[in-house]
Amino acid sequence: MRILMFGWEFPPWMSGGLGTACYGITAALAGLGHRITFVLPWDEEAGATSFLNLVSTAGIPVSDADRDDGTETLIRRLTFRPLPSLLHPYLDPKHYQTLYLSKRRRFPETASVYGPDLIAEVIRYSRASGVLARTLSFDVIHAHDWMTVPAALLARRISGKPLVLHIHSLEYDRSGEGANEEICAIEREGLEKADRIIAVSHRTKRMIVERYAIHPQKISVVHNAVSQAEARQACRTEESGERKMVLFLGRITFQKGPDYFIEAASLVLKVLPDVTFVMAGAGDMMGRMIERVAELGIGDRFHFTGFLQGEEIERIFSLSDLYVMPSVSEPFGISPLEAMLYDVPVILSRQSGVSEILKHALKVDFWDVRDMAAKIIAVLKHPVLARAMTTKALDELRKIRWEIAAEKIALVYREAAPGASETE
Amino acid sequence: MPNVCLYFQVHQPRRLRRFSFFDVGHLHDYEDEAENRRILDRIAEKCYLPFGALLLQLIGEYGGAFRFALSISGVLLDQIERHRPDVLESFQRLAATKCVEFLNETDSHSLAFLFSPREFRAQILRHRERILSLFGQEGRTFRHTELIYSDALATAVEKMGYRTILAEGTEKILGRRSPNLVYRPAGCKKLKLLLRNYRLSDDVAFRFSDRNWAEYPLTAQKYAHWLHRIRREEAVIGLFMDYETLGEHQWRETGIFDFFRNLPGEILRHPDFRFQTPAEAAAAHEAAGEIHSPAFISWADEERDTTAWLGNAMQQDAARMLYGLEAAIRHTKDPDHLGTWRMLQTSDHLYYMCTKWFSDGDVHRYFSPFESPYEAYINYMNILDDLSRSIRGKKERHNDRETRTLSL
Repeated sequence: MRILMFGWEFPPWMSGGLGTACYGITAALAGLGHRITFVLPWDEEAGATSFLNLVSTAGIPVSDADRDDGTETLIRRLTFRPLPSLLHPYLDPKHYQTLYLSKRRRFPETASVYGPDLIAEVIRYSRASGVLARTLSFDVIHAHDWMTVPAALLARRISGKPLVLHIHSLEYDRSGEGANEEICAIEREGLEKADRIIAVSHRTKRMIVERYAIHPQKISVVHNAVSQAEARQACRTEESGERKMVLFLGRITFQKGPDYFIEAASLVLKVLPDVTFVMAGAGDMMGRMIERVAELGIGDRFHFTGFLQGEEIERIFSLSDLYVMPSVSEPFGISPLEAMLYDVPVILSRQSGVSEILKHALKVDFWDVRDMAAKIIAVLKHPVLARAMTTKALDELRKIRWEIAAEKIALVYREAAPGASETE
Repeated sequence: MPNVCLYFQVHQPRRLRRFSFFDVGHLHDYEDEAENRRILDRIAEKCYLPFGALLLQLIGEYGGAFRFALSISGVLLDQIERHRPDVLESFQRLAATKCVEFLNETDSHSLAFLFSPREFRAQILRHRERILSLFGQEGRTFRHTELIYSDALATAVEKMGYRTILAEGTEKILGRRSPNLVYRPAGCKKLKLLLRNYRLSDDVAFRFSDRNWAEYPLTAQKYAHWLHRIRREEAVIGLFMDYETLGEHQWRETGIFDFFRNLPGEILRHPDFRFQTPAEAAAAHEAAGEIHSPAFISWADEERDTTAWLGNAMQQDAARMLYGLEAAIRHTKDPDHLGTWRMLQTSDHLYYMCTKWFSDGDVHRYFSPFESPYEAYINYMNILDDLSRSIRGKKERHNDRETRTLSL
């Protein structure tokens, strides 16, 4: 089929799970014979030159590590349409404001085209996409998360083609009860008007049904996966030395539960004073978290690294003895899979979609700080346990493939557009 | 003349409570009493009482012609003695008919033989005493936890005076020989070996209610017909299964009770067929040959070995730590500590740490009170940690007293 994909980020410029998922899905769909036009917001000043270089020389932006036989297929079946925009995943209205103002200071002329606030920019991006949709022919529109909803709906109206809306996270996941009403309204419109919905977990499907009263039959669950190239080259761990290290990696925001991690750390340190805790990432709760660590008097054993990228992430994983994902509300949560690739045992919250598919991890309720601490202690105390978990986890990862996710997505396409020809 | 040798295993573990690291040193009760009580009551109503009544009725109907064996683990005896005297009475009524043989096993349903010969003997002696006092029978037949068996085990059992031992009739020890014969364990002179015919046993225990099975539905008539086709030279057909097959593993709705109600009549319809208990069958037949089993076998899984309890590093670590406490436990001479340590030896606790089926998502075979084998291991190790600390604490207090005495 021909897919008009409203996606996000492609390697090597990825800031989180949404980019990883979009890339995995797109590459696997191309592998199944689908032809994809990939539309994504692109901040011209930030990286247009390098992006165009990659696209023009290699056809697609892939790092050397990911090059394999499949790359050629990908190049043939994938067309990139970067659209100038300041949008990127994980933006909230406040964050966008800061970005916009700094842009206007530095590039006063070009910046004037962007929307003055996040919602305005989302609408502006949708108009640009509409122009694009008029010139292209496709069978299905596939959009990822709320920011692409107006663009996808406009493309649907112009083309009359069905829309598949893929939900990686909801505003309720990101902001809890303090959800932004305008964003919720856009989400609602997308969910109601989409022809089919894909949710990244049963948990997310349940939330869509409960929060937005969408009929469950309209929603298919497709879990995320792990690149098998990565799964093959796993296990490059470094010796972390005498002192054990426990890692939190993610945005330091309400959704990720950093506060529960800190409370658990302080309980662990009462029993095992020689453990290091690392909180890698940035976010609006970071200041408060640093204060809390100071209040608890555990600053000498608790470190903040700030935002990490690329090799830094690889390095921090390979130094870790345990990865904890205490998310309050995690539609899927791809990072535990990455930790497993580095042979790191995983503790994750039951309030995450990924816990639906992972067996060889320990699970906790994010609010049960004592249980979290007890399990951290158990993994650090019993090397036998850590080894048993990581050995089995690697076998498990080999079965969590993007190809399987893509096959399920193709099924959703067929339901949405029964008349379209399968492949070209 | 072929004989049908029925034996039922009766066992329920004493499941452990959730014991967090933060409970270590603070709480010292390890059992989930409420859950164990709930499960015991359920199984009593669904299986122990109705199946006991049915067996009693069948014995009455067929006079001495319907006979079988029971092996009741000490762990279950602990629970019914305390909470369900009606279940104990149901077993005692069966004992009074003289048509039921009660077997001996390791009292704690343990793997003690693999770790401590002394503890192994102690547990068998304890079980022998309990069976004698509760059911009036001196044990003549031994069966090990989960039908674990090896040459060395057989030799040890013979030395304790037993004349019959049971094992799985697997090709691993039989090669191409028939499971339906009495054998002599290698290295033994008096002990005889009876084997479980796993195909026929599992037709009832596992496949009875499987709608995808070609033989579904299985009637007593059809099953008896299969038995009757077995060659007349073959002496003993060992049908060994859990007592809980009736009403718990196979629900009443599957028709399992009707199957058993009709089974003795259908089998005895053939004039050459009889029922015998294991001790009777062993006494009545000469050994047809010698069986070698240098490695351990069991009745579990495709592998028929001990990997369900000791297959991964967590299980081995837990068992090592458990039996590592033996000397310190004995040193305290505290019956409570000894009792707790024995309760922790029940093989089920190790079974819950098994990762074999957990990966495949085979939930049917993975019945465990824990969310994962990892949680089972963590919980168990916390309890062992607490037990080992309380032994040490006792020792220190003891030493303190001695010091005080000296200074006086």
